[in-house]
Amino acid sequence: MSTVPATEVVLTNEAVDQRARAAAKIDKWGKKSWVRRAPLLPALVFMIIVTQLPFVATLVMSFLNWSAQPDAPGKSFAGLANFKEVFTTKEYRSAVFTSIEMTVTVVVVAVLIGMGVALLLDRKFFGRGVVRTMMIAPFLIVPIAAAVFWGNGMLQAGFGLVDGVLGQLGVKDAQNISFLTTHPKLSIEIELIWQWTPFMMLILLAGLQSRDSEIMEAALVDGANPWQMFRAITLPHMRRYIELAATLGTIFIVQNFDSVVGMTGGQNSTNIPYEVYEVFYAAKDYGVASALGVVVVIGSIIVATFGLRVVSSLLSEEVA
Amino acid sequence: MTATLPGRITRTDVPTPVKKHRSYAALAAGLSAWVIGLIFIFPILYMLLTSLHEPAKAQTYPPSWGASLTLTNYKGLFSDTINIRPALLNSLQASVISTILVLLLAIPAAYALSIRPVRKWSDAMFFFLSTKMLPPVAGILPIYLFTIKVIHLPDSILVLIVLYTSMNLPIAVWMMRSFLAEVPPAIIEAAQIDGAKTIQIMARIVAPIAMPGIAATSLICFIFSWNEQLFAKVLTSVNAQTAPVFVNTLIQTEHSYLAQLCAGTVAVSVPVLIAGFAAQDKLVQGLSLGAVK
Repeated sequence: MSTVPATEVVLTNEAVDQRARAAAKIDKWGKKSWVRRAPLLPALVFMIIVTQLPFVATLVMSFLNWSAQPDAPGKSFAGLANFKEVFTTKEYRSAVFTSIEMTVTVVVVAVLIGMGVALLLDRKFFGRGVVRTMMIAPFLIVPIAAAVFWGNGMLQAGFGLVDGVLGQLGVKDAQNISFLTTHPKLSIEIELIWQWTPFMMLILLAGLQSRDSEIMEAALVDGANPWQMFRAITLPHMRRYIELAATLGTIFIVQNFDSVVGMTGGQNSTNIPYEVYEVFYAAKDYGVASALGVVVVIGSIIVATFGLRVVSSLLSEEVA
Repeated sequence: MTATLPGRITRTDVPTPVKKHRSYAALAAGLSAWVIGLIFIFPILYMLLTSLHEPAKAQTYPPSWGASLTLTNYKGLFSDTINIRPALLNSLQASVISTILVLLLAIPAAYALSIRPVRKWSDAMFFFLSTKMLPPVAGILPIYLFTIKVIHLPDSILVLIVLYTSMNLPIAVWMMRSFLAEVPPAIIEAAQIDGAKTIQIMARIVAPIAMPGIAATSLICFIFSWNEQLFAKVLTSVNAQTAPVFVNTLIQTEHSYLAQLCAGTVAVSVPVLIAGFAAQDKLVQGLSLGAVK
């Protein structure tokens, strides 16, 4: 999709580094560095205040006994009691597992389907643009709207479309099948796969279209069959795109709250975001909710370290 | 397909089995793409169909496919009893204003990360990205307490605007940086030699080249703000209620609600569909934070 050769016209990362180094030399003599930093500072300061300060507050609150229930005693220092509760309570542990299970399932399946569809869309066929548009559309439905629609219009016992179609296909008592109660996690996963496959497909399709056509033609001339070409050329080339799609998908999907609240209301499908919301908003136990938040942040940092490494490798050899 | 193939064989003198195999494969690939595409669009079409049915006909078992079509549910959305209008306006306000703020902060920042880079520019990039990896739910409690107890702004769009700005700023910085990096440095240097001031360079050279990028960035930030539901749910109640939160209130299980709900989900999603298809060409570059072009 790239229109300009990456190394010549465009400012490459090495070029940016060079400029920064050149500027650093000027800095030793003058006040140039502040002039350079000035445009960056508002964004940086804004982000630190709005995103970092709340986490500091969360950390402080995680060491407090603090419940907002009307009959609760006042605030007091709790030591590590909240953390102990987080690690020993079964629901919290199961929320962690649900989050991992859902994220992994959705990311893996969406990448696989996305890759398949991208391979199909990479070739010319009648109505390719229409199919592409149809594939993107689910990603452009407001997530909570998609969730309540799947939870009511598609999977609701009785009048949901799935039960209706099963009934019309001759399944007995189909109106009593309630996927949301018998398979709550799977229901949410299907809805999420439906929404996120387009995202994966778009990134992977861009990857496929950036393959070197000369190498592909050379392989064809040399008599490589489609499978050999896929294994030897496409897959190695696509590795970085698959990593990128999976990493970005993970960042968004692990934070999913809308599908759980919109489809099952957390019944047997509570993930971490929904659990924190419940403890804070419904149970009003601010101390435990904060401790849960802190644990989530530490978990995210571990996952993010891996994720940042993937994105970092992309920044060093910009995919184009 | 059986009708066309023999014709092909007579035209090409040597019908190699490989070629025959390929044309079947191409046909099968095209067909499967269509089938998968239809599967993915089908729930949306069904949502649309249901939103056009009478409430009583919309939630039957089995589904009443051929029931007559009506705009009642859409009229209902804008009636006095339900009235989605304030929620749509709140969402519009929150999304548009936060997107403008994001651009005002992100464009200068991206400039300082590509065209006139600061030292350790990549550290700054990763700081922005890392904030995206921390789940918003972990910071929501202090933010809630702060708005209620410190600044006394419960149910305020203002708070959402600030939060949406912080939510989209990292994405916008990454996107804008990748778009600004496409501005050929030689042009800027030539302008500097000719004595152009920074402001002039920005307005005359950088802005025109970066314009499509700025447009794509705004559309994507608009979509993410419009879609947001968690903060809106926790921090607003009546006056500042946004459209995604409003959709939930359409679930009224005491009567047939599905048709009305579907009209609501369609109405709420239309702006996102428009913005998304408008940004289609740059959607990948935006969603991949500029890593894929």
